[in-house]
Amino acid sequence: MVTSILPLKMSGAVVKRRGKTLLGPVDLTVSQTGFTIVMGPNGAGKTTLLRALHGLERLSGGQVQWQIPLRDTLQRQAFVFQTPIMMRRSVRDNLAYPLILHGTPKAAAYALAADWAGRIGLGRALDQQAPQLSGGEKQKLALARALMRSPDILFLDEPCANLDGRAIREIEAILKSAQAGGTRILMATHDIGQARRLASDVVFLMHGKIIEMAAADAFFGAPKTPQAAALLNGDIVE
Amino acid sequence: MGEIWEGLMAGLWLVVTLDPDLVEITLRSLQVTLTAVVIGSAIALPFGAWLAIRRFRHRRATIALLNALMGLPPVVVGLIVYLLLSRSGPFGVLGLLFTPTAMIIAQVIIITPLIASIAHQSIRDIWSEYHDLLISLSTTKRQRIATLIWDGRRALMTASLAGFGRAIGEVGAIMIVGGNIDHATRVLTTAIALETGKGDFALALGLGFVLIGLAIAVNVATHMIGRTESDGKW
Ligand SMILES: Nc1ncnc2c1ncn2[C@@H]1O[C@H](COP(=O)(O)OP(=O)(O)O)[C@@H](O)[C@H]1O
Ligand SMILES: [Mg+2]
Repeated sequence: MVTSILPLKMSGAVVKRRGKTLLGPVDLTVSQTGFTIVMGPNGAGKTTLLRALHGLERLSGGQVQWQIPLRDTLQRQAFVFQTPIMMRRSVRDNLAYPLILHGTPKAAAYALAADWAGRIGLGRALDQQAPQLSGGEKQKLALARALMRSPDILFLDEPCANLDGRAIREIEAILKSAQAGGTRILMATHDIGQARRLASDVVFLMHGKIIEMAAADAFFGAPKTPQAAALLNGDIVE
Repeated sequence: MGEIWEGLMAGLWLVVTLDPDLVEITLRSLQVTLTAVVIGSAIALPFGAWLAIRRFRHRRATIALLNALMGLPPVVVGLIVYLLLSRSGPFGVLGLLFTPTAMIIAQVIIITPLIASIAHQSIRDIWSEYHDLLISLSTTKRQRIATLIWDGRRALMTASLAGFGRAIGEVGAIMIVGGNIDHATRVLTTAIALETGKGDFALALGLGFVLIGLAIAVNVATHMIGRTESDGKW
């Protein structure tokens, strides 16, 4: 049996940049299953929190602990950035890149790339240059590239921020099937409707701190903090 | 007016008939400059890439120095190389002054900072685009450099072409260290300068056409590299 890398424990984590505290201190445990939505106004620290969990931010205090040594978790995590990072290569080579990087034979990686391209509606665009795709196509490509390695945990930073209805629906469908397939998901979003559709639990951030953390039913049914209530009420929260 | 027209016609005639002098001078130009570009690129491309990726203590100073070197007046480079290679200079015993090798050395010094600077900028752009992804995928340092160089290969070729363009049209430095010796170190630019001075406009213009042709070829090549980037041909 393969040991799970979860639960993931963040304790007392602080991220500072030029003396300014962007995040924390934050305590957070990410259990083995579920779909956690990270909410909060602009600048609340959603991006910083996800990046810190993934290991992209240097902590000035506290720690992030996995169930296995950090080195061994890296191949089993994936991150989808708010602005999709497209390599200056074809769709096929963008998809295959992480696999080839970690030793998958080229032919197998390309076969899997073609398979995934089909799933995200880019089956006929395999030879197209990825930087020339539309915003929605780029984000689906980034998502497929992340999921192709069957990560244990997937972080997404507002992946639908600049997308329209159809692309959002497709991305949500892919995320749900990934969750069903056993991938733990943490996603930041601004979109309350999307949060309601996807969340199993919610982390609500303001000014770099978690001010409310609850199961989705409880959070949407009866928020405990006035800020969360205001957000769900459609008021402006800052 | 008539003299210029006659010169133009005679110059074209030399090009069309592949005049032996013109061909010899053109080939020597290409030999000197291409050698300088190969050597300069071999130094500048890895150095530029390394500069874009590595964080080290005097990085900013190094970049500033690189930019300063790029602005070196070629005539001064020629003078310095002359002093180093002259019989009483530190490398005088090698007997390189007034040889194509001396010209190559001068051109390498002139174009290496230019190629390195362009390479550095393009690799730095790609690195800032790719940074988070490559870190997130836990790439090794070697994998990062290989990826950036591969995805930046067109920009790196463009950098080398810019070096070629600068070197092929340069006259001051190679005049000083090469001496413009017939059948030995005479190249396109120095020959044009000499023939113009002598009033032989036909050969000067013929060589000028060749030089313009080479400059245009470099621009077309640069443009085509940009095109293949968006088409994803290679
Ligand atoms: N590179 C940076 N340097 C300085 N401050 C930053 C940087 N990136 C983000 N911040 C600040 O950190 C805070 C949290 O940002 P972020 O995590 O991006 O919030 P969110 O994703 O919730 O909008 C904000 O106040 C933002 O201005
Ligand atoms: Mg953000």
